[in-house]
Amino acid sequence: MSILLNNQTRLLVQGITGKEGSFHSKQMIDYGTNIVGGITPGKGGATQYELPVFNTVSEAVKETKANASVIFVPPSFGPDAILEAADAGLDLIVCITEGIPTADMVSVKNYIRKLDVTLIGPNCPGIISPGKAKIGIMPGFIHKQGSVGVISRSGTLTYEAVFQLTQLGIGQSSCIGIGGDPIIGSTFIDLLSRFNDDEDTKGVVLIGEIGGSAEEEVAEWIQNSKFNKPIVSFIAGQTAPPGRRMGHAGAIIAGGKGTALEKMSSLKKAGVTVVVSPSDIGITMKKKLENKS
Amino acid sequence: MKIHEYQAKEILKNNAVEIPVGFPAFSVDEAVTVAEKIGGKLWVVKAQIHAGGRGKGGGVKIAKSINEVKLFAQQILGMKLITHQTSPEGQEVKRLFIEEGIEIINELYAGIVLDRAKEKFVFMVSTEGGVEIEKIAESNPEKIIKVWIEPEFGLTTFQARKLAFALNLEGNQIKNGIKMFKSLWKAFDANDCSIAEINPLVITTDDKVIALDAKMNFDDNALDRHNNIEEMRDFTEELPSETEASSYQLNYIKLDGNVGCMVNGAGLAMATMDIIKLCGGEPANFLDVGGVANSETVARGFKLILTDSNVKSILINIFGGIVRCDRVAQGVVDALSSMQLDVPVVVRLEGTNAKEASILLKDSNLNFILGESLKDAAEKAVEVANG
Repeated sequence: MSILLNNQTRLLVQGITGKEGSFHSKQMIDYGTNIVGGITPGKGGATQYELPVFNTVSEAVKETKANASVIFVPPSFGPDAILEAADAGLDLIVCITEGIPTADMVSVKNYIRKLDVTLIGPNCPGIISPGKAKIGIMPGFIHKQGSVGVISRSGTLTYEAVFQLTQLGIGQSSCIGIGGDPIIGSTFIDLLSRFNDDEDTKGVVLIGEIGGSAEEEVAEWIQNSKFNKPIVSFIAGQTAPPGRRMGHAGAIIAGGKGTALEKMSSLKKAGVTVVVSPSDIGITMKKKLENKS
Repeated sequence: MKIHEYQAKEILKNNAVEIPVGFPAFSVDEAVTVAEKIGGKLWVVKAQIHAGGRGKGGGVKIAKSINEVKLFAQQILGMKLITHQTSPEGQEVKRLFIEEGIEIINELYAGIVLDRAKEKFVFMVSTEGGVEIEKIAESNPEKIIKVWIEPEFGLTTFQARKLAFALNLEGNQIKNGIKMFKSLWKAFDANDCSIAEINPLVITTDDKVIALDAKMNFDDNALDRHNNIEEMRDFTEELPSETEASSYQLNYIKLDGNVGCMVNGAGLAMATMDIIKLCGGEPANFLDVGGVANSETVARGFKLILTDSNVKSILINIFGGIVRCDRVAQGVVDALSSMQLDVPVVVRLEGTNAKEASILLKDSNLNFILGESLKDAAEKAVEVANG
C-alpha cells in the first residue's frame, strides 16, 4: 500500500511541453507513472511522448479521466494553474513550482480548503510511492519499496534520508516533500493521519526545519491522536542564525519563534524519537523497527 | 527585501497613512537644509539602517534647534550603530531622516504579518507601543489584539473598528484610527509586504493617528511585479558577498565559523551546517547552489566562500537528483584547476552518477579529500579546519 499515489493514479502534467515539464515527464514515465496527457494553453492537439496535449485541464480530464495533476509552470502562472486543476475536479494536485508569492498562496489555499482536493506543495519535490509511481522530480533509483513513510519540508535532505534507509535495506511506502514555503497545500498532520490509516506503513520519518510552527502543531496532534507507529524526526537548522531566511521562504526564525530547539523539544514530548544528527535518521529508524518486531 | 524607514513612510503616505513631515538627508549640510525647510522648533534626527532598536543604540535624537540638528547629524552620520538586530560590530549609518517633532499623548502598536498556522494575514494592535512586540507577546499576550484578514474582503470596516475600540480610542481618534488601519492594510496588500510594523503608532494632541516609525519588508517572490519597490533596495546595507551571490541565483549567508560549505538544497545545506557543529566545528556560511551545480556555479561558490578569510576548509556536499554528480565533479575539477586554493576541500557526492563522479575526482590528481558519507565528510572537514 501507499498513500496518495498508486497504480490507479492517472496523471496530467501542466506545462508538459516546457523545459522542466517535458524532462520530468519522461523521468516519471520511465519510473512507471501513468501519465495520461498534458496541458499547455495554445498547444492543444499536439502530442508529447505520444501523449495528447490539451489547452485546458477540464478538457483533459474529460478526455482522459485523469484524477491527478502535477504543475511545472513559472511562478507567476502557478496560482492560476492550481485553481484550474482544482476547478477541473482532480483529487490530487502536486505543485513543483518554486517562487510563488505568499499572498497568492494565501488566496489559493483559502479557496481550495472548501473543495475536496489534496494539494501538495508548492516548492516541493513531489510524491513517490516506490516501485509504483512518482509525481515529481526526485531521483527514483535511490528509493526502495517498503514500509516506512517519509514526510519532509525539504528536497535534497529528503533524498539523503531516503538514501540512508535504502542502504540499510529499509524500503519506503510513500515519500512526500510538502514544500519549503510559508503556505503549503498539505501539512505534516494531513499526511501523518493518512500514514496512520495505511496498514503497510510501519513507521514514519518526519523531517522538519526552522520557521513557522508546523512541527509544534504536529507534535500536539501526535499527543492527542492514537498514532502508534514509531516516528523518527530530524529538524534542520539547529545552527541557523535568527532573522535570516535560510534559502526556503519558510525557513526563518522570526521574533525568536520557530527555532530548531523548540521544535525538537515539542516532538520529544509527544514521544517522537528526535535525532540530533542528520546522519542518524536511517539507523535510528532501523533500530525502532527492530525493537517493535 | 528590506527598505529604510523614510522609504516605508513614502509608501504609507501614498496610501493615505498620516506621517510626520520629514525628508531624508545624505549629509550634515542636507540635514540642516531639510530641517529649515520643515520649520518649527523641534526636529527628530534619525539614523537610517536596516535594523530595529535604533533609539536605544543612540541613533535617534531630538533636536531643539537647527544647531542641534547639525550637531546630532554630525554625531550619527558615519557612526557604527549597534543594536540587538545588527552584527556585534554594528552597521555604519550612511543616511539620515529628519522629521518634525510632534506632541503625542499616547504610544500604541500596529502591525501586519502572516499567521502561518491560520494561513491568513493577521492585523495586530496593542496599547503597549514603543517596546518590542515580541516581549509583549511573551509577557502579556492578552495585550495584543488580533484580527485575521479574509483574502476576498481585505481588512473590513468592522474589523478596523474592533481594533480602534480595543485601543481605547475616543472621539475623532476612532474615525482617524479606522482610516489608518484600512490604509495600512491597503499599503501592505498593494505592495506584497511580508511585514508592516508601526511602532509606535501615536495619538497626537489634536487626535490624529500617526505612524511615528515604520518598518516594511517585502516578499522576495513578488518583487517582479513591484519595480518601484526593487528600486528602493539599498545595496550598501547588505554584505557585498551576499549581494553578489543573489545576482548569481546562489543563496549565501555568512556566518562566524571556519568550515565553509557548498550544498545543493536549502534543507540539506542547513543539515550540513548542523553536522559540522556536531563534529566539533563551526560553519562559516550557508550556501545553497540550487539545482544547477555546474562548473560555473561551483567556481562562483568557491570564490564566495573564500571572500571570508576565516575559512580554513571547505565541505562540498551534493546529493544528485536532477543534478548529476559527475557534472558537479567536473565543475569542482575545472574550478580548482583554474584557481589558487589554499584551503583543503572535502568532497562528498551522492545520488545520480556518484560513481562516475568519484572516478573523475580521483583521476584528476588534484588534492581533494573524499568523504564517504555525510558524517565522514563533516568529520574530515572539521579535522582539517582545526588542523
